[in-house]
Amino acid sequence: MAEFLHMGGYGAYVWAAYTVFVVVLFADALMPLWQRRNTLREIDARLRRESNRKSTP
Amino acid sequence: MPACTGTMKMSPLVLWFHKLGSPPYFYRLAGRFLPWLYAIALVTGAVGLYGGLVVAPADYQQGDSFRMIYVHVPCAWMSLFVYAFMAANSFVALVWRIKLSETLAMASAPVGAAFTFITLVSGSLWGKPMWGTWWTWDARLTSELVLLFLYLGVIGLYHAIEDARQAARAAAFLALIGVVNLPIVHYSVVWWNTLHQGQTVSLMGQSKMSSSMLWPLLTMAFATHVYFFASLLARSRAALLALESGKEWVRGIAQTQEAHAHG
Repeated sequence: MAEFLHMGGYGAYVWAAYTVFVVVLFADALMPLWQRRNTLREIDARLRRESNRKSTP
Repeated sequence: MPACTGTMKMSPLVLWFHKLGSPPYFYRLAGRFLPWLYAIALVTGAVGLYGGLVVAPADYQQGDSFRMIYVHVPCAWMSLFVYAFMAANSFVALVWRIKLSETLAMASAPVGAAFTFITLVSGSLWGKPMWGTWWTWDARLTSELVLLFLYLGVIGLYHAIEDARQAARAAAFLALIGVVNLPIVHYSVVWWNTLHQGQTVSLMGQSKMSSSMLWPLLTMAFATHVYFFASLLARSRAALLALESGKEWVRGIAQTQEAHAHG
């Protein structure tokens, strides 16, 4: 196991490259989820405001 | 009535294309594909990384450092592929003013920038032990950095203009101009005598790589392509909701979603 992590002396470089790959793509996958939730929240809030305005003259 | 017969003659494929261009239909269809795309990308990506880290033998010249190829090269391929995809959609968006093409072009920019960023960072990490330097102003490296700036320029321009559709058209124009850079990136290792090595794997003809090293690379290439389409569809869906926020179909989604969220 230690030998595997060591990667013949290149461990730091190899693992850093793989980590950047996983972290960046993971962040990329989260962004649209977050964006979609925010948009839906904004629209829902706007609809609520509009219906409140209508019911209380 | 010529207009009527014209519609009658539309082939099922053309009709389907028209339907696909409608935001609510695209939103629903993309939503059905998304979980599968993520799952396929995750499984093939895990297999590819396992193959690259564990199964593939160490390189006789570069030792285990060569394993960085399994993130570096697939991402480098994607940085070009995504740009070409973005430019093609930009072209359609500018010529035929199709809203969905604008959305697809703009939705591919962030994931393209992500792949380009990974390419540059993993290349730098590979360059240090092999060339003795993190960075050099070699033609391949410089043109790939220009590619990142092009992506960032497209994203920046898109967010700088208030009107979303005008913004998309301006950014699409920039994306089209940037196409000049694609052949420069691809042929840089041929045209200039660079520090960066030439291509090892070729689509046509013999690859200069043993099969035990090659299959994880091709698996990663497949996984990153599938991931790109997943990311593209997810971003397009989110963008369409924002673009069409006044429309009935979006209101319906917002109300049911938030009703669930509020319990």
